[in-house]
Amino acid sequence: MILAAAPGPEWYLTLSALLFAIGTVGVLIRRNPLVMFMCVELMLNAVNLTFVTLARQLDDLGGQVAVFFVLVVAAAEVVVGLGIIVSIFRRRQGATADDLSLLKG
Amino acid sequence: MLFAAAPEKLQTPGVEFSALLPVLILLGGAVLLMVLGALLPRRSRFPWHACFAMATAGAPIISAIPLWFRTRDDGPLRVVADAVRVDGLTVFLGIVIASGVILTCLLADGYLRRERLEGPEAYVLLLLSAAGGVIMAGANDLMVIFLGLEILSIAVYVLAGIHVRRARSGEAALKYFVLGAFSSAFLLYGIALVYGATGTTNLTGIRSYLATNILTNDITLLAGFALLLVGLGFKVAAAPFHAWTPDVYDGSPSPVVAYMASGVKTAGFAAILRVFVYGFSSYQTDWKPIVYVVAVITLLVGSVLAVSQTNVKRMLAYSSISHAGFILVGVQAATERGTRAVLFYLATYTFTVAGSFGVATIVGRTGDNAHALSDYKGLAKRAPLLAFAFLVFLLAQAGVPFTSGFLAKFYVLGAAVDSRSFWLALVAMLSSVISAFVYLRVVLTMYGEDAEDGAPTFTVPAGARIALVASVVATIGLGIIPGPLWDATKTAVRGDGVVATTVDTPTQASSGG
Repeated sequence: MILAAAPGPEWYLTLSALLFAIGTVGVLIRRNPLVMFMCVELMLNAVNLTFVTLARQLDDLGGQVAVFFVLVVAAAEVVVGLGIIVSIFRRRQGATADDLSLLKG
Repeated sequence: MLFAAAPEKLQTPGVEFSALLPVLILLGGAVLLMVLGALLPRRSRFPWHACFAMATAGAPIISAIPLWFRTRDDGPLRVVADAVRVDGLTVFLGIVIASGVILTCLLADGYLRRERLEGPEAYVLLLLSAAGGVIMAGANDLMVIFLGLEILSIAVYVLAGIHVRRARSGEAALKYFVLGAFSSAFLLYGIALVYGATGTTNLTGIRSYLATNILTNDITLLAGFALLLVGLGFKVAAAPFHAWTPDVYDGSPSPVVAYMASGVKTAGFAAILRVFVYGFSSYQTDWKPIVYVVAVITLLVGSVLAVSQTNVKRMLAYSSISHAGFILVGVQAATERGTRAVLFYLATYTFTVAGSFGVATIVGRTGDNAHALSDYKGLAKRAPLLAFAFLVFLLAQAGVPFTSGFLAKFYVLGAAVDSRSFWLALVAMLSSVISAFVYLRVVLTMYGEDAEDGAPTFTVPAGARIALVASVVATIGLGIIPGPLWDATKTAVRGDGVVATTVDTPTQASSGG
């Protein structure tokens, strides 16, 4: 019975690869900067899951420490990213990336 | 009793602060400038924000000199539990990045006054970003590379949007931010996979692990290589990850672009050298073909797409892509000579590109919008010295003899031929010929055509004048007397430096940042 099997590390690695792929596709196809930004966060958290799983598998604390670094960096990115988004869209109605089309070539 | 036995003294890794001095000066200076900026007037006749920032960027260069001789004589210094490795390459590229910051500060002062944006913020961000770049140049751990990259990038995202009243600047900031964060996620996933395959994020550890173990299943490791290359390729604007470059270079304030093309690129290539040439040296047969292909695409995309541009800033953006291709040719050689050529290229290109965007800053005029090729018509008559400076920079980028650009290309191609990559060298030469057409078109516009009536003349601010003169002197000087710099690159990669053939044992096997 498949439910009885305890999920091994491969399950978590597969899950995080899936989450990473969802995030990647989201950044590429969604047009709202906020949603694109959330997708980037999803990618970073997918990597966090990979790090924790691998740390567990390798029995090494390094991977778990890395997660803290990633969390801090993600927080810093949120601050800067939201600041940029707000500063642009305060002057506009709505927020889609398609409106940003001054720079083309 | 709280403890069953007397507690042993905790073993903490020693931190050798003297080796980290350049980074600490940059960070401390940035914080100090932020505090001072709140206390002193934003607008003043004397450019003390810029002067303070330049002093802060100059101090690491001075503090790097004793480090240079120390690493030359005693070999690399491993600090912070081997997470940072201060060797000749670190010091060399640290000086290059700091020079880029000084040139940018000189250009930024006049720009910020012209656009009524005076204030300390731009300089604070510039110094913080440079600190991230120097951290990357000294990183010996994949997590440190990631942290350095983020410190470098997050500051530059804001710098791209520092011109708050200009819609293009904000758009550039958003594009750079989304794509930069996207590429960071790829880099990080690459780090995670390499960690999974080798059990460490320490580059010395990875290097010795890969040299002493044969992996039965190396698919994770190879996927990690590829993702790392994607993440770092974005930062150095290598094709096919270059799509952001023209838009961001076009929209960002011109002095900031000078820094993006010099400092950010240098830091990115420092990381590529560390990770691929040093860390993955025993997997050369696996990563060299990938870098080979990326270099070919980058060279061709950069030079061919530059031809159709009518905006000088976009044209320079595509040319910076093709220069990234040239530097990748040196990386691909993965020999001592290749790495030396990369260092030489980065050092000379910093001055050339900062000067080029310096000219674009001035010709752009108030509003930073006059970057069309037609705005350069008859520049030689309106501003002869400015046109001459641009001529020197363009000829250097085209690789004309007696300029630093010629020797940089010569050394890179020499390294490629040395490692028997003949076709790559041929593609690079072809790309160089195509690029020459692009640069000569600008030169002809400046010298051959007459300006329209009422075309403006330019007043060059004192700071920009110093930056342009310094860049011209460096470009011609290094073209005629390359010896000292070329010898310095030899010292930088010497010993058990970047391309050592022997495997050194890591002082600490476990790591994690």
